[in-house]
Amino acid sequence: MDYFDPHIHMVSRTTDDYETLAKMGCVGMSEPAFWAGFDRGSVDSFRDYFHQLTDFEPQRAAQYGIQHFTWLCINAKEAENVELSREVIAMIPEFLDRPNVLGIGEIGLNKNTKNESTIFLEHMELAIQYNQQILIHTPHLEDKYQGTRMILDMLTSDSRIDPTRVLVDHVEEHTATEVLNRGFWAGMTLYPITKCTPQRAVDIIEMCGGERLLVNSAGDWGPSKPTAVPDLILEMRRRGHSEDLIRKVVYDNPIEFFSQSENFNFQPRD
Amino acid sequence: MSIPMNSQQVLDREYLEIRGKILEVAASLDRLERATGDVAQDPRMALMHQGLQIALQSNDAHGDSRAKQIQLLFSREYADSWRQDFDL
Repeated sequence: MDYFDPHIHMVSRTTDDYETLAKMGCVGMSEPAFWAGFDRGSVDSFRDYFHQLTDFEPQRAAQYGIQHFTWLCINAKEAENVELSREVIAMIPEFLDRPNVLGIGEIGLNKNTKNESTIFLEHMELAIQYNQQILIHTPHLEDKYQGTRMILDMLTSDSRIDPTRVLVDHVEEHTATEVLNRGFWAGMTLYPITKCTPQRAVDIIEMCGGERLLVNSAGDWGPSKPTAVPDLILEMRRRGHSEDLIRKVVYDNPIEFFSQSENFNFQPRD
Repeated sequence: MSIPMNSQQVLDREYLEIRGKILEVAASLDRLERATGDVAQDPRMALMHQGLQIALQSNDAHGDSRAKQIQLLFSREYADSWRQDFDL
């Protein structure tokens, strides 16, 4: 089955991974800007990173028939540095008309601090000003519930935000329903220990339904599995779910959400 | 939307997996006990015990699943005054 991985960090993966993903049915992916594993020291580091996301990665993916899209921001962890964050936010518009840029992301919170919240609000302003979609990172582990509620507070208190153009990612059992009930799209990340297993993600699909739900691997430089979406496909099949429902979650839904971006020129396979 | 399998099918499919996970938890707790030192007062121990108790109960009065209850148990509390606290 063709599928779309809506959240994966290919800059930290090898070319062999592109080949493996293509063999497993991946035809498209979106790569949000994220933390490199260390704090970068200048706005020029981010400029180079955005060149990588908008020039190099789409070419690398295309060699394997995968269409690559991206999102730009300074991530929540580095947002603690407000001065640098403001320099990066001011620079982002240089890249918004690149053909694979879908919007602003993954913005969000990490430790739910005042500085992170300040920069989240300034990213929101940028997205509104340039009519961009938003992809949101919610915090890890014990910070997730509090941080997700804070993020929803900020989004819903601004009437200019259209929830149907916002994807709130890394939802789990205690956050998925509220995100969906408030009209946003929700993404589930398949991480072996710290987020959802494929089994628990299918449980959430069964409890919440398949509307506005996406599933991703968030494969990056840490413990993660870039082929996790096919694991979910297999789990759904083993439980007896229909091919229509599986396809909706792993292919139709991401395409429907991303199609709201002007730059989403996805070409399905014949 | 419900799961297409009935409960007998789920049990048949997952029994050995659940058995294995229970053993892993038991062996981890044994390992903690065999190790030198004492972590009985570490708040994470109480959280783990509460989590195990939740797993043995039914869904709560709000209809929240065991998984959701355990997620909330391991979560920091949300305070809706956060914007005033941060002066944002």
